Amino acid sequence: MTSVAVIVFPGSNCDRDAARALDDVLGAGTATLAWHAETSLDGIDAIVLPGGFSWGDYLRTGALARFAPVMGAVRVAAGRGVPVLGICNGFQVLCEAGLLPGALLRNDHLHFRCDEVPVEVASSDTPWTRAIAPGRTLQLPIAHGEGRFHADDAVLDELVRDDRVVVRYAGDNPNGSARAIAGVCSAERNVVGMMPHPERAVHAWMGSDDGALLFESLRLTLAAGSTDMNDTSELELTGAH
Amino acid sequence: MPTDTLPVVPVGEPTPDEIADGALWRDAALRDDEYVRACEMLGRRPTWTEASIVGVMWSEHCSYKSSKHLLRTLPTEGPHVLQGPGENAGVVDLGDGWAAAFKVESHNHPSAVEPYHGAATGVGGILRDVFTMGARPVAILDSLRFGPIDGDGADVHATRRLMAGVVEGIAGYGNCVGVPTVGGEVVFDAAYARNPLVNAMCIGVLRHEELQLGAATGTGNPVLYVGARTGRDGIHGATFASIEDPHGRERSAVQVGDPFREKLLIEACLELFATDTVVGVQDMGAAGLTSSSVEMAARAGSGIEMDLDLVPVREPGMAPFELMLSESQERMLVVVKAGTEHVAREIFERWELDCAEVGTVTDTGEIVLRASGEVVCRLPLAMLVDDLPERRWPVERDDSRLPKLDLAAVPELAAGAAGETLLRLLARPTIASKRWIHDQFDSMVGAATMIRPGSDAAVVKVHGTDRAIAASIDCNGRWCSLDPRAGAAHAVAEATRNVACSGGRPLAVTDCLNFSSPEVPHVAWQLEQAVAGLGDACRALGTPVVSGNVSMYNRSGDIDVHPTPVVGAVGVIEDLAHVTRSAWTTAGSLVLLLGATDVALDGSEFLVSEHDLVAGGAPPIDLALESRVQACVLEAIAAGLVRSAHDCSDGGVAVTLAESAIAGSVGATLDLGALATRDLRLDELLFGEGASRIVVEVDADRIEELAYIAARHDAPLTQLGRTGGDDLVLTRDDAPLLRIPVTELANAWTTALPTLMNSEPHA
Repeated sequence: MTSVAVIVFPGSNCDRDAARALDDVLGAGTATLAWHAETSLDGIDAIVLPGGFSWGDYLRTGALARFAPVMGAVRVAAGRGVPVLGICNGFQVLCEAGLLPGALLRNDHLHFRCDEVPVEVASSDTPWTRAIAPGRTLQLPIAHGEGRFHADDAVLDELVRDDRVVVRYAGDNPNGSARAIAGVCSAERNVVGMMPHPERAVHAWMGSDDGALLFESLRLTLAAGSTDMNDTSELELTGAH
Repeated sequence: MPTDTLPVVPVGEPTPDEIADGALWRDAALRDDEYVRACEMLGRRPTWTEASIVGVMWSEHCSYKSSKHLLRTLPTEGPHVLQGPGENAGVVDLGDGWAAAFKVESHNHPSAVEPYHGAATGVGGILRDVFTMGARPVAILDSLRFGPIDGDGADVHATRRLMAGVVEGIAGYGNCVGVPTVGGEVVFDAAYARNPLVNAMCIGVLRHEELQLGAATGTGNPVLYVGARTGRDGIHGATFASIEDPHGRERSAVQVGDPFREKLLIEACLELFATDTVVGVQDMGAAGLTSSSVEMAARAGSGIEMDLDLVPVREPGMAPFELMLSESQERMLVVVKAGTEHVAREIFERWELDCAEVGTVTDTGEIVLRASGEVVCRLPLAMLVDDLPERRWPVERDDSRLPKLDLAAVPELAAGAAGETLLRLLARPTIASKRWIHDQFDSMVGAATMIRPGSDAAVVKVHGTDRAIAASIDCNGRWCSLDPRAGAAHAVAEATRNVACSGGRPLAVTDCLNFSSPEVPHVAWQLEQAVAGLGDACRALGTPVVSGNVSMYNRSGDIDVHPTPVVGAVGVIEDLAHVTRSAWTTAGSLVLLLGATDVALDGSEFLVSEHDLVAGGAPPIDLALESRVQACVLEAIAAGLVRSAHDCSDGGVAVTLAESAIAGSVGATLDLGALATRDLRLDELLFGEGASRIVVEVDADRIEELAYIAARHDAPLTQLGRTGGDDLVLTRDDAPLLRIPVTELANAWTTALPTLMNSEPHA
């Protein structure tokens, strides 16, 4: 049985939504809520850092959550190649923690913005987008005040060059993000952060079920028996024996 | 009472005699006759702490002294009512063991002087009222009223800043706490220029067995204070709300909200409730620790004793009256079973919130407070909640404030001007798209929202079921100013009609009565009439009032707000397939008007927009017909006949048709001739307003089924034409009235607010 930890920081408010979406798409019992004070995430197949306002977003979004004990365990798991997905505030936390490049600044129009927007999947080469053809457009909700992706040009060039832009705003850029970036992944590709909320789009009655594709991707990834895309060669070698 | 148990006077406070001699009771918001009455009831002169407690409990805000005799006339019972008024929120049965707790409350005065925090704490307060009932909050709706934001001048700019602040405050609190803001209404009218109305409604979901009540039962049970610490903010907030002219008051009476702490408080409380150790719980809202402790003990017929030295504080040196009157936010009072205190303590510690045992439940019928080891207050509970002074202000209608409409003196609308008039109406701030506002609210957190703001009602799924809640909040204050009884009935009719149009069976309503000073005889008449109108409609439509709030003294300078009895309706959708939107769904459908056909320009948006005229009565309303029309649309929806349904309200049928066209990006060719059952003027036909009217879109092949259902409900049904094409084309008996591309309608409707608020519309 797949086990996905959804981290609960004080002020997380999409933790239950993410857990429900995981259970709905991958089967009841998939998600477990993991308290911010946990120091170990052993036996977990994947990790979701949910949206919300961890520690009230006081000081700066994600700036306090990165110091939570559980982030040590997230870092260890990420280093082992466990798939990690940061959604909205989770993305901000991952950037603050240095697990993802860049930063998320105040929206260029200075308002919180809640909407449903078209998002193009730019890379299928992550555990969370594996089941989605590159170039496919998903309809996903956004809801944030600080979602403007920012990095210096060298980093942006590197992200584009290395196919690490995972999702990109396909229509109007809703927050002024650099190069319309909605989500990126780590150099090892297993850590993904994105501002859109796939957990709010997993059933037709929600207005879109495109978000379920991210969780379906995780299923494919885990079924493949490896969480690290770089390990596929090793898999093949093993298979050759 | 033996003298040795008389309360002592803390150092620095006036003595009872000094209060009496210096008429200091007035600073505790007691009227002269009330002070005399308090002394008589007590058999002695109250201390400053006691006078402050009596003053706040007898304030209009807490005691409803000017409205109680009227509120008693409202229907509050029904087969699906699990909890009526008197608790923190009303509760209705959703079926299958599920229930919804809901209430609406005002935060008008605080928002007038401190828009961000005033609005934010309004949201925080109504959330606490709902989760106190054991419910998880799942939706917020707002009813907002401001002065005009179009035009120029210092007032207009100030109003825009005020509105921006209120919107940001609601967003700042609701978004962070993680409860979606799913709907609401926003109205602009000069009557609210200096005294905005900010009403927030919250709906929560619970299982029947999870219901919590606010009663402090069980002598010896410990009283726990949980949540944030007490500071000096919001002292006299409740009395402030009971005094005229918010601008005459200080900003320091406004509380400061912390949504992060509220989020923790929600989770900690719901976790605690699940442990079955809780006897009673109440939020510390208006009048803080005073009202929560007094009301909980009074409901149980018990007594309460607290040691104020144990109250968690933000700063030392707070006087007993300050501790008791502070309206610091995010605090709750919980009574637990004796011996289970550790359960609460562990939970709150984990959520990093204070939890202090501050007192015990007694059986004395008194509230006794200690500070520094001495009794500083000893008051009978009966005097604070039962034997309240009631105020019957003189009631007299002032006909000079009820201008008649002489329609003959209003120039008729030229046929060629219909199109430009429609475009102007669509751009009126009250009618135009509110996306500039709603996009700032997270309307989807909770992952249960099925219909976001902008349709007739908001719809939120109940997780784990195939049911959903439909909710709408409405009032036409202008109609209420012209005919408060009919206007209030319209508010109930419109809110429930919006619920029905979305596929929901209306169950009950909550009301927020926003009025000016009841001491003005005409306002007292408005209040009396409006409550009568609410009662008329709630009885006729079978939707009892299960919770509510009264906000008076909404006036600034010489301007009284319109009497504004805001009504929030909640209904249940028993099958998700019945969820219905207002947007036209496809080309080739038939478009019909279901319901009443008589309309009026009295008090219409058209008369204000085009002739700067507020006159007449309210449009006619036939509550029996309203009931039949709602039942008809619900049956038609359940039969799968209705592709979309849209309540016909502000701006009349022309605006309603345009809204459905815009929302669905599809045109239509419609003839309105058959709507003129009498010799209607063109402006009446297009822009006249009325009740009991719903524009429905149906599959042309199933029109006979709809006609059959309508006939059975004795509900008029008028065929107008078909959807299709890129233009909205309206004719009258085949004579052309207007032809406008839907994109042009959309442009007028969507750009109005962003342009006024000086920002780019979203694509």
